[in-house]
Amino acid sequence: MLRILINALRTGVVTIRYPAEPSVPPNRFRGAPVLRPGSHLPPPSVCPATAISELFDAEGRHVALDLARCIFCGRCAEDPWADAVGMGRDFELAAHCRDDLRIEVVADDPAATAAAPAPDRDAEAARTSSEIHRVLGRSLHLRHLDAGSCNACDWELTALLNPVYDVRRLGIDFVASPRHADGVVVTGPVTRNLETAVRRTVEAVPDPRVVIAVGACAASGGIVGEGYASAGGVDRVLPVDVYIPGCPPRPEAILFGILVAIGRLDARRQPREG
Amino acid sequence: MRLGRTGDLPAAAAVLIGGHSMALATVVATDETATPDGDLKVRYVFEPTAPGAPDRFVTLLVSVDAARPEVPSLTTAVPAANWHEREMQDLFGIIPVGHPDPRPLVVHDGWPQGVFPLRKAFDGSRRVPVEPADEFPHLVAEGEGVFEIPVGPIHAGIIEPGHFRFTSVGETVLHLDARLFYTHRGLEKRMEGLSPLDAFYVAERICGVCSVAHGLGYCEALEQIAGVDAPPRARLIRSIILELERLYNHVGDVGNICAGAAFHYGTATGARLKERLQQMNERLAGNRFLRGLVVPGGVLLDLSDDLLRSLAVTLQDTLSGLDGLMGRIEANPSVVDRLDDTGILQHQAAVDLAVAGVAARASGVDRDARRDHPHGAFAGPNPPDLHVVTISDGGDAMARMTVRALEARESIRLVGELVRRFEPGPLQVTLPEPLPGGRIGISAIESPRGEAVHWLRTDPRGRVERYHLRSPSYHNWPAVALAAETAIVPDFPLVNKSFELCYSCTDR
Repeated sequence: MLRILINALRTGVVTIRYPAEPSVPPNRFRGAPVLRPGSHLPPPSVCPATAISELFDAEGRHVALDLARCIFCGRCAEDPWADAVGMGRDFELAAHCRDDLRIEVVADDPAATAAAPAPDRDAEAARTSSEIHRVLGRSLHLRHLDAGSCNACDWELTALLNPVYDVRRLGIDFVASPRHADGVVVTGPVTRNLETAVRRTVEAVPDPRVVIAVGACAASGGIVGEGYASAGGVDRVLPVDVYIPGCPPRPEAILFGILVAIGRLDARRQPREG
Repeated sequence: MRLGRTGDLPAAAAVLIGGHSMALATVVATDETATPDGDLKVRYVFEPTAPGAPDRFVTLLVSVDAARPEVPSLTTAVPAANWHEREMQDLFGIIPVGHPDPRPLVVHDGWPQGVFPLRKAFDGSRRVPVEPADEFPHLVAEGEGVFEIPVGPIHAGIIEPGHFRFTSVGETVLHLDARLFYTHRGLEKRMEGLSPLDAFYVAERICGVCSVAHGLGYCEALEQIAGVDAPPRARLIRSIILELERLYNHVGDVGNICAGAAFHYGTATGARLKERLQQMNERLAGNRFLRGLVVPGGVLLDLSDDLLRSLAVTLQDTLSGLDGLMGRIEANPSVVDRLDDTGILQHQAAVDLAVAGVAARASGVDRDARRDHPHGAFAGPNPPDLHVVTISDGGDAMARMTVRALEARESIRLVGELVRRFEPGPLQVTLPEPLPGGRIGISAIESPRGEAVHWLRTDPRGRVERYHLRSPSYHNWPAVALAAETAIVPDFPLVNKSFELCYSCTDR
């Protein structure tokens, strides 16, 4: 017992101070891709998760990237498209609606800037309703709901409870029963075999409640997509309050999304240059 | 080996298992009704079990008439075939005649009758409506004072979904019926028809904590088909990150076993050590699960001297942290008492069920795919020595934890050895485009959970025709149910954590 105490004292405090202090991911970290307009952007077929789409109109070729689908593999930023796409280091990507996660550029017009949808502050404020912020803003108890994930997102949620992230310092905790929860964090694309369990678990959470979709599969179906065994995203089954992109999102990214859900931080805005 | 009559299958399997001491590695069904053969095929893949046996697989191939899809069941003689046969019944409609427990496995309640999703004629891209269904017939014990305890699929912690139906008398578990495949996403169907490169990203994402192992297994099977060899430096990097994956898992698992035994210092220490390793992963690969390093043909990123230096420091700290943690655990009688003799898996049961990995070695089964089916640097020039940790008189939770701790140390040593073998050289070879059609690649990778067998075949256009993963957890889950029957209900979390199996790579 004494040894344990001595060892704990010797280890000291390992907890980080995010979000009070920023977290800087390492150099190789692949965050939100940055599309550079005007250069020759990759065709949709390059993306294994079908996150890239294109359409043609009077302005030229529009290339759009859906961050909710993106698995951050970096393939669109490899040669020969390395000039056109860079993997940024931005990981604070959580948003209240899917459209906010769409990056669109006009490929053939060097003057056009990255055109993310114009931020709508009023709508934003309405979405993080003052009721959620007032009731849950300072103490949030979440229930984890695995809806068919590959377990990477699950392990990152577990990591939030480790001594390094220790989300309890922010008034956030994970509870065992949906009856004790203020919301759910859902991982996975909602498999057919779990659809009933997912619905019933969320129904068991008292109102007001938040539903947070963690990771590409939950946010959009991700690499799994829609299929005979997969609904292709949580919002095919339930209304979602916050989408957290990533494959998996790093623990700070999940923490950011949870704080966005309860209105303690603003959601993602314009893509920032990495 | 192609069998002329399906009726010969049990005898042929008996010769391989009894006469040549082989074990069932995987069973792969394919729908070849569109080919001139016009049939369904089932391949029973066996592998040698004697340490030092040559690296090979023996396949028994049977042709199944699509109009009358039946094969004789092997399960009674080869218990490891149990789930494989139930799976092909669900997904291909191939009936294992004489199977002792032909309940549905992969598709759950409300799945429409007569719809087989892995048949080629089935369009897998659409959701299938849920039809009304009766309650699933769980296998339970009955009698006076016998209780049924249903647990899951949604559990109380942050873990994956599965349903466990205990029947118990008091605290003693009489029987455990584990129902899995809740996370069945249809990934094997999802990969069909994709270019082999696109399909790689799916394979890498079958399981989070086996990302490297499954990505690598897919790549090695693909490289066999392509007839290329990854360059030596790429092989070294692949093996290094495979060991790093094992290491962060094993260290975290030791911590989680402490959670099962209510030793919170151990839980926190394990989580802290694992976090340090995952942060290192993010520096090496840009992803905390090491995704994005392995690619078909080699590796995408090099490991610079700078990174290797900080890796060495991290590993040194991990080693001393792990030694300290194991010392605390072994000196703590209340933890040791919980682990000793808890959840015993008998040696013979481990052999019969073809159990893999830590669970097998803790029950005295000397198997390790790094030695038995060399891959990564073990198949390259100048392979490092490998010490396979086997405990012959254990089989309990303590043995499984001890094997993990020893293997974690071995992984740290191996990484050092592999780094010393570094020579400058290319990181990737180019795969031919398109790939040769109609070829089969089989690889076996020692993932953190044990041997995973990958089976891949290309279609005439060089795209993925069929991919099948038999994960170590697939063979190990039935062993958890057996081991739980030697324990009491409150010890089940501990037994479960001592096996620490993935649901997602079992369910796919």
